[in-house]
Amino acid sequence: MLSGSQRTGKYLISKNLDNFFIDIRELTRFTLQFFKEVFVPPYELQETIRQCYKLGYKSLFLITSTAFITGMVFTDHSRPSLASFGATSWLPSFTGVAVIKALAPLITSLICAGKIGSNIGAEIGSMKVTEQIDAMEVSAINPFKYLVVTRVLATTFMVPLLVIYSGLIGLLGSFIDVHRNDQTSFTVFMYDAFSKIGYVEILSSLIRSVFFGFTIGIIGCYKGFTTTKGTEGVGRAANSSVVTIMFLIFLEEILLVKFFNPFYYG
Amino acid sequence: MKNTKHDKVVVIKDLYKSFEDNEVLKGLGLELYKGENIIVLGRSGSGKSVLIKIIIGLLKPDSGTVEVLAEKIHELDKKELIKLRLKIGFLFQHSALYDSMTVRENVEFPLVRNMRNMSKSKINQAVEEVLDAVGLTDTIDQYPAELSGGQEKRVGIARTLILKPELILYDEPTSGLDPVTCEEINKLIMKVKERYKTSSIIITHDLACAKQTGDRILMLSEGKFLRQGNFEEVFDTDDERVTGFYNYNFIESNEN
Ligand SMILES: Nc1ncnc2c1ncn2[C@@H]1O[C@H](COP(=O)(O)OP(=O)(O)O)[C@@H](O)[C@H]1O
Ligand SMILES: [Mg+2]
Repeated sequence: MLSGSQRTGKYLISKNLDNFFIDIRELTRFTLQFFKEVFVPPYELQETIRQCYKLGYKSLFLITSTAFITGMVFTDHSRPSLASFGATSWLPSFTGVAVIKALAPLITSLICAGKIGSNIGAEIGSMKVTEQIDAMEVSAINPFKYLVVTRVLATTFMVPLLVIYSGLIGLLGSFIDVHRNDQTSFTVFMYDAFSKIGYVEILSSLIRSVFFGFTIGIIGCYKGFTTTKGTEGVGRAANSSVVTIMFLIFLEEILLVKFFNPFYYG
Repeated sequence: MKNTKHDKVVVIKDLYKSFEDNEVLKGLGLELYKGENIIVLGRSGSGKSVLIKIIIGLLKPDSGTVEVLAEKIHELDKKELIKLRLKIGFLFQHSALYDSMTVRENVEFPLVRNMRNMSKSKINQAVEEVLDAVGLTDTIDQYPAELSGGQEKRVGIARTLILKPELILYDEPTSGLDPVTCEEINKLIMKVKERYKTSSIIITHDLACAKQTGDRILMLSEGKFLRQGNFEEVFDTDDERVTGFYNYNFIESNEN
């Protein structure tokens, strides 16, 4: 199976830098193994669905409240600057673009990084240090398939769904603020909010969140699988899952936005 | 055609294994015959767990040959390895029960995953049979966290029995248990041997367990088997590494 990424002994450059590159190599292998095993039967459909439900349900409350508050507060904070141009009627389309293109995918994914990523890292990490993963292996069960493939599929599928959901909740928060100040009706608000949003915008957000969801699953599992040094290591696995996922999400966001920019609306 | 001679269940020759510059096993050899229980004695850190993890293929040796049920386990491909592992039971030192599953789910897990077209009622029947064999039918719906140390070991044994193994590897089956429970586990090991006709390698530093369950005792020290034979033969010596073990054993088994 996978060897721990930490090493002692002689180093090529320095301990940290060496471990960083070893980590990248191992993570690449881990990711390739996912693509190798995901298409080979038996498919753990039941376990995948169970993970979808568990991971999605777990973050629902947090995402609902955060998305609602973000939509509302963002609208409220944007009002004065638009008002100084006498342009408060642009608020719906302005927040529509902000929520759908940027806020929903990013905020939802970052919350999932904290909530789901750390959960996967800790759960698999503790299975690793208590030899439960070895126990699967000796019972002729493929732990990678049962634990990793199912979770990565679940996050890759659920995060985009949560992004759609949080986008709608965010717009609802924004609508309540707009309605309170400008008495705009729901239909007019929604019409305006989506006036600057095309298929490309929605598709771009969805594709980005597929990447983010995949990142959350694969990093959480990788950190869990490479956990060493007992209970202390489990804490470290959870923690470094979140840090690594957040870093990668920002990196992917920068690259993917660059990629999608030429296709965006007007 | 494969070698069908099954009189030797495990044959190890000239086994070396080290981690970085920690040389753990240094030219170890071992033969386990069909229907035999052998005991591996040795101090903590002498490489007992490493040895049986190599036998089941969780760890790779640096050099040497390991034949299990007439197969060179480290040269098998994935499919062959799965097939071989179905015939081997492994009890982990700390039981390694799946803590998100109940006792029933723990025990049926290897069966459900490996025999996908087995009917639910057949599975339940098998689970009840092995839980009955280890004397634990009343905890079937409990979670591992709710079990005592002795019960955990029993569930671990039940989980290895469910696939009807020919060979069982026990890693310290009585460590951390009180003397009465130790005695019960020892009896269980003997019962399993009779009922399921298994051969076993039992790792322990509990001399009572060794005396009661072993047909032959091997003393692991400095990466090799220092002595082997029955209980009296092994300890009939002036070698300090052996007598020392005999004297320290009671202190050590209390530590664990
Ligand atoms: N996966 C591993 N990586 C590095 N060192 C290990 C590993 N497993 C065991 N060791 C080392 O091998 C030696 C023997 O360990 P082990 O077989 O667990 O001892 P015991 O006889 O108590 O079961 C110890 O020094 C241990 O630190
Ligand atoms: Mg051990």
